[in-house]
Amino acid sequence: MKKFPYYPGCTLKQAAKHFDISATASAEAVGIELVEIPRWNCCGAVSSLTADDLMHHVAPIRNLVRVQEMNQEGMVDNEYDLIVFCSMCFNVLKRSNSRVKEDPEMLKTINQFMDTEQDYEAKVNVVHFLETLKEIGWDRVKRGVKKPLNGLKVSAYYGCTLLRPRGIGIDDPEAPTIMDNFIEAMGAEPINNPFKSLCCGSYHTVGDNKELVADRTYKIVNAAREQGAEMIITSCPLCAYNLDNRQKETKEKYPDFKHMPVVYFTQIMALAMGMEDKAGLDGNYIDARPLLREHGFLEG
Amino acid sequence: MTTIVRVKKKNREFLLKTEEMSGEYITVCEQCGICTTSCPMVDDMDISPANIIRLVQIGDESVLESTAIWLCASCYTCTVRCPRGIDLSAITEALRQQTLRKSIDYIDISSLDRKELEELPAIALVSALRKYTS
Amino acid sequence: MAEEEKNMITVYIMGKAHEVPAGLTIMKAMEYAGYQFIRGSGCRAGFCGACATVYRLAGEYKLRTALACQTAAEDGMFLTQLPFVPANRPEYHVDEIEPGPGTLAEYFPEITRCVSCNTCTKSCPQELDVMDYIQMSIRGDYESVSKLSFDCIQCGLCVARCPAEISHYHVAQLARRLYGKYFSPVPQHLLNRLEEIEAGKFDEAISELKGLGAEELEKRYVAREIEKIERGEVMDE
Repeated sequence: MKKFPYYPGCTLKQAAKHFDISATASAEAVGIELVEIPRWNCCGAVSSLTADDLMHHVAPIRNLVRVQEMNQEGMVDNEYDLIVFCSMCFNVLKRSNSRVKEDPEMLKTINQFMDTEQDYEAKVNVVHFLETLKEIGWDRVKRGVKKPLNGLKVSAYYGCTLLRPRGIGIDDPEAPTIMDNFIEAMGAEPINNPFKSLCCGSYHTVGDNKELVADRTYKIVNAAREQGAEMIITSCPLCAYNLDNRQKETKEKYPDFKHMPVVYFTQIMALAMGMEDKAGLDGNYIDARPLLREHGFLEG
Repeated sequence: MTTIVRVKKKNREFLLKTEEMSGEYITVCEQCGICTTSCPMVDDMDISPANIIRLVQIGDESVLESTAIWLCASCYTCTVRCPRGIDLSAITEALRQQTLRKSIDYIDISSLDRKELEELPAIALVSALRKYTS
Repeated sequence: MAEEEKNMITVYIMGKAHEVPAGLTIMKAMEYAGYQFIRGSGCRAGFCGACATVYRLAGEYKLRTALACQTAAEDGMFLTQLPFVPANRPEYHVDEIEPGPGTLAEYFPEITRCVSCNTCTKSCPQELDVMDYIQMSIRGDYESVSKLSFDCIQCGLCVARCPAEISHYHVAQLARRLYGKYFSPVPQHLLNRLEEIEAGKFDEAISELKGLGAEELEKRYVAREIEKIERGEVMDE
């Protein structure tokens, strides 16, 4: 198995362990051993957008230094592609990486500030796992599927940070197809949701504005249902929290709202690859198992 | 009702400061309104994204008091669609930072519900506190 | 016979220059200069964390930290003491907490403000991996927080310098309490011993000792059996 550096992000170790477990299994299924970065730190979840702020880029860059160290210590073999599953972590790490790659002065200042670390040489590439799958080739991925999810109608929810801004996003923000190709490769039927990349409300889920999240969830999930979807997949723990856990608040505000399972894309991949026990299906708020059982996909 | 705005030299300071902080050339916005139609939070905003830019252009610091700049969810849809290539997310962040950097928080952490704090995933708290606290 | 000329150095205490003999700790140097530690001094042995010191060396921009009782005074040191660092903590009852992945964030939401600047680690006089344990606290990894923060003496230097305004040692203390109470393996030998004590196994021996005079007690203490480790035996960590 090929070893790749892996950045899980705080939430995959905390509230979304089922994303971490299913991600590791999904990678294994395509011959990749994810080697978790030692001593990684929180990326910050949101990228610092002002031009004059360097402090908030230290955290992402420090993680990229660790990838260098992993190579020096033989934890991975000349591998500078850092695989990330969480959309927000991916976005933050890639944006900071791009900034320092384009701005040598900024890189120098950050390196000087991090005086207990070796200098970051700007050689790392931040890669989202969906890009890794695309590079492997959807046909090859499909050939590895042991339990094709035939008949399962899945709506891809891309969210914001996977697609935007241009140059960082992994696909065309207006007409993305990568997650739909993934769904097809798993044997399921991709359902187009016009609100596939409408913001879920993001951090408004904290504090007094969580009603805004309920409004978005109502829109996004209903649109998916109207198009015929039975399930939504996502790549972001914040989107997952807003679209899944916040279905409770959505139902409270909109009594006509009908629940729909929202799972991580790696969860259906683990299932399709024959690793049901690593799919973490007990971790979602809206239980996806009754639906999957109905389709005959579950053994347990 | 028409309001006549006299843009004085001192108003330009606010525009220039915001341009420097955001790294964006705000003057080139031609007010086409695509950002406004794209914004997922616009229905809840007191002023539209295009208004935000306009107020900065004329150096009107009252934009810092709007709720709109805090309702931004940093989704980058406006940025991706702006025909002039302006990064509105960066500009809105620069406006928020002008308040935050004075040590004025937008949310009071101690007012957050305890049960929520326990249940929220780390990503939610980290992102919210990054955007809303100094 | 005149005293040998002592090697004198200059230290600056709150900006004022003082000549003190070389070879003293910062604390002793300040006392030599005439300052009396009413607060900010405790065990004088590097264990209590009372004597937190912040200093610079003349001509250098770097801000350094130290424990006054453990660090040698150097020529050109510009010193200031932090006998107290304000560090609030919420009220909690360990018995009533059901620790989950979000519990530390519930009591200390400011941990999610950590920007991984590493200032805390650099400030720690005990050379602990402070940033690492704060990062672990965000993930709800009680074991790692406990193990990494174990030698913390709560001097407050990290707390004073943190831009995210985290009170690191309070977070760590809650984590250790929760880990010890709810997660760490139960030491069966300790429980067995407690049972024996409660059953009165040692009552007679203790009353006998209590009845001995000081001389006999001392004799017995000196002659006590000390468990020797045989060559080749490995001590468990």
